[in-house]
Amino acid sequence: MSGADTQVRHGNDEAVDVSDPRLSRFDLVREGARRDGVEIVHYAPRFPVPGTKAEKRVERTIALFFMLTGLFATAFVVIFVAWHWEWHPGNNAGSWFTPLLGVSLALMLFCVGAAIIVFAKKLLPEEVAVQERHDGASPRDEQVLTGATLLNMADEAGLGRRPLLKGAIALGLAPVAAVPLVALGGMIDDPHDEDMYHKTGFDPEANGGNKVRLMRENLTPVRPEEISAGGQITVFPAIPHGATNQHADSPTLLIHLRQTDADELRRNLGHVPINEGDMYGNYVAYSKICTHAGCPASLYEQQTNRLLCPCHQSQFSITDNARPVFGPATRRLPMLPLEVDSEGFFVAKSDFEVPIGPGFWERA
Amino acid sequence: MKRRKLDLAALPAKSAEEVDARLTVATPLRRLLNKVFPDHWSFLLGEIALYSFIVLLLSGTYLALFFDPSMEEVVYDGAYSPLRGIGMSRAFESALELSFEVRGGLFMRQMHHWAALLFMAAIVVHMFRVFFTGAFRKPRELNWIIGSLLFWIGFLAGFTGYGLPDDALSGTGLRIAHAIMLSIPVIGSWVASSFFGGEFPGTVIVPRMYIAHVLLIPGVLLGLISAHMGLLVKQKHTQWPGPGRTNDNVVGVRMFPGFAAKAGGFFMIVFAVIALMAGLFQINPIWIFGPYQAATVSSASQPDWYVMFLDGSTRLMPPWEIRLFGYTLPPLFWPTVALPGVLTMLPLLYPFIEARFLKDNQAHHLLQRPRDVPTRTALGAMAVAFWAVLTLSGGNDVIAEQFHISLNAMTWAGRIGLIVVPPLAYYIAYRVCLALQQHDREVLAHGVETGIIKRLPDGGFVEIHQPLAPLDAHGHPEPLEYLGAPVPKKMNRLGALLPTVRGFFYPIEKPAPPVRLDQPSEAPVSPAPARSEITTGS
Ligand code: HEM
Ligand code: FES
Repeated sequence: MSGADTQVRHGNDEAVDVSDPRLSRFDLVREGARRDGVEIVHYAPRFPVPGTKAEKRVERTIALFFMLTGLFATAFVVIFVAWHWEWHPGNNAGSWFTPLLGVSLALMLFCVGAAIIVFAKKLLPEEVAVQERHDGASPRDEQVLTGATLLNMADEAGLGRRPLLKGAIALGLAPVAAVPLVALGGMIDDPHDEDMYHKTGFDPEANGGNKVRLMRENLTPVRPEEISAGGQITVFPAIPHGATNQHADSPTLLIHLRQTDADELRRNLGHVPINEGDMYGNYVAYSKICTHAGCPASLYEQQTNRLLCPCHQSQFSITDNARPVFGPATRRLPMLPLEVDSEGFFVAKSDFEVPIGPGFWERA
Repeated sequence: MKRRKLDLAALPAKSAEEVDARLTVATPLRRLLNKVFPDHWSFLLGEIALYSFIVLLLSGTYLALFFDPSMEEVVYDGAYSPLRGIGMSRAFESALELSFEVRGGLFMRQMHHWAALLFMAAIVVHMFRVFFTGAFRKPRELNWIIGSLLFWIGFLAGFTGYGLPDDALSGTGLRIAHAIMLSIPVIGSWVASSFFGGEFPGTVIVPRMYIAHVLLIPGVLLGLISAHMGLLVKQKHTQWPGPGRTNDNVVGVRMFPGFAAKAGGFFMIVFAVIALMAGLFQINPIWIFGPYQAATVSSASQPDWYVMFLDGSTRLMPPWEIRLFGYTLPPLFWPTVALPGVLTMLPLLYPFIEARFLKDNQAHHLLQRPRDVPTRTALGAMAVAFWAVLTLSGGNDVIAEQFHISLNAMTWAGRIGLIVVPPLAYYIAYRVCLALQQHDREVLAHGVETGIIKRLPDGGFVEIHQPLAPLDAHGHPEPLEYLGAPVPKKMNRLGALLPTVRGFFYPIEKPAPPVRLDQPSEAPVSPAPARSEITTGS
């Protein structure tokens, strides 16, 4: 590598004869850059005197980084292949597999990276190059010529003179646009089909006209005496797959209110006429699907009788028809009309009387 | 018999000639090698985003070899014993298999997730740097627009990504996404049922998100990133003002070897950081969240950080529902559809709004220091404050619990904060900008504080200043023009004191002897004679 000072002098604008034998390789580099609009204004080797102690030290550092790279790469391969990596409960070899992979790979990558960066910063010559910008608008001539070429295409097509073609093209191509649209239209699914936003798994119609029992997640039906006062459980419609995500709109919270709370709710029931007659004794069931965005409203605060939704912290007052009292929810949680069948198990008198879950445009 | 000898030494030159004879690449190749890149640490932010995207492509492709986006119901019987016997979707099961039964699979999953977080973080910080330095101005508006779109498409990539494993967290996210679609006026219920193929959750949404996540979105990202890089090469980098730097040149190092080597090394370092995080820090432990069940939500599960601001806006929204003529507009619409719409459009239009406002139709290739454009900086600070309040509110339940504050108080603090904090941030940022400018101007006028105190004959004390400009006939420093470039503020910056000694534990170099002020050292770049004035280009 020859320093900038060894160059053959030349005027800035005339091209250098590249076959001139007196030119060093760096002179050629500089000439190439000049022809690319780049002026190398400063170019100095990091170690003007080759072979100094300082240079040797840098070399050794870089070499060390490369050697370590190989070491950690090998470590990664060995760990990957030979480690007892399988998962077992508790703290054992398996729990160390992922951390070891991470550390060995990271060290490998770090060492290559460091080797290259030290190389670039400490061994490659220090340089400052200046490149001219040639941006902005094209020369006026160029714009005119390109504009003419474009306009000429329109002239040649001559649609202005050929109204028949104009009309035919418009009429012919419009339906073509409809082709991909109807193809995508296959995705469209009518929400009013089967009234999916109004019906849940508690709908007796889908159960052969029989009222639907309430069941626990483990598929057992529920008797009133199984829930102590102040207690609450999550129930599902006792139909096939009733507790799975196939009926994601059906999870319901069944609450056994304490006497005073039940009295309070009974007094308030009139606020929401549709809820009247929906309690069974001191029991009440509310849809668990938050009317805000559909998370399960599942945190029951016994002291305040509030149901809190963990997603955006809407709070519903259990003793006032699940009225939203705080947070972004605007609607009460719908109440499931309760009764007990001849065998003493809870059933839903009917489906929820208003759509459960988040609001939407056509939900009045 | 004559044998043609293969001349190995001449082989490279010969092959190069043959390639060039066919492709005519000598000139364009040299042009590329000689392309000049300016250097500044803040230019690395975009590179971090690029490198994490490459890691995402690699690790994501690996995951796709094992992951099965099926919603078929299965009963788990795999290596992770606590979940055995539990019903779940095949998608969740295959994500568990990836974590426990594929050698190195968990590492890859965590690498993919950490790379996604870093990708989004780098995009955001990169956008801040572009905004606050005015790099988005003409002629780079188009690249600013592409960059803003990259944020939103990255957002979608992340959301569809962590929606795939069908764990409790992703199901909750999907349920909220479903409600957001429902909230759109007029067509909401159609949009939701069309995306989900009927009722929530149905069986098609995860396979649909899968094809979006591994094909459509990466395709769009790849296209936009290529366009972003292509424009960058075409329009060249901006640069900070400084000696020899004008609006018509680029001062830096050539792409090869200097820039390419540093960039390549830096890629390895970014990759190393991702690998280290993937190995050491657990992320998205889906086996702890469990499979998605509509009736349960795992508490304190937070979405990825780049989604939290929308979670926050949703939490802060007051319960204002509009009901008209038997139709409903749920409050969810405003924070999750209207707000992102505004947040998309405002940044896209900002370059044009600013240019219009300043009646500025010039091309700008020199960056501005944030302090020199106080209004823009203050507007940016306002936007950051707005975003910060929303993001904090996205975790307000965690904050409330940690600091024993009532949740309702946190919500009200967020609502009020959203109105009060941004204007405050505007005011403070504006004042700070002016103060910093003022200090620069003082140094230009009076010189650098030397720390030397002189006692005057009347007993008063003054600090001696070292003027930056030569003295005029009366012994006063000539006035220096304010140019928007950094001003030296310490004596060692002038070479008048010993430079700070480098090294953390012990000095790694001998301090250089002080340079005498009357013999100024040569600037690294001597400006070419007939270039125009150095300005910020404003
Ligand atoms: C070619 C590109 C990509 C492919 C093939 C891909 C593939 C995948 C696959 C198969 C999964 C599911 C496996 C699992 O969850 O464990 C996944 C998850 C994910 N992806 Fe991607 N991905 C790509 C790009 C991206 C990008 C650009 C982002 C983000 C900005 C991203 C963010 C995520 C996230 C956050 C997850 C969840 C990871 C987890 O379970 O912890 N991906 N990706
Ligand atoms: S989903 Fe319940 S508060 Fe938002």
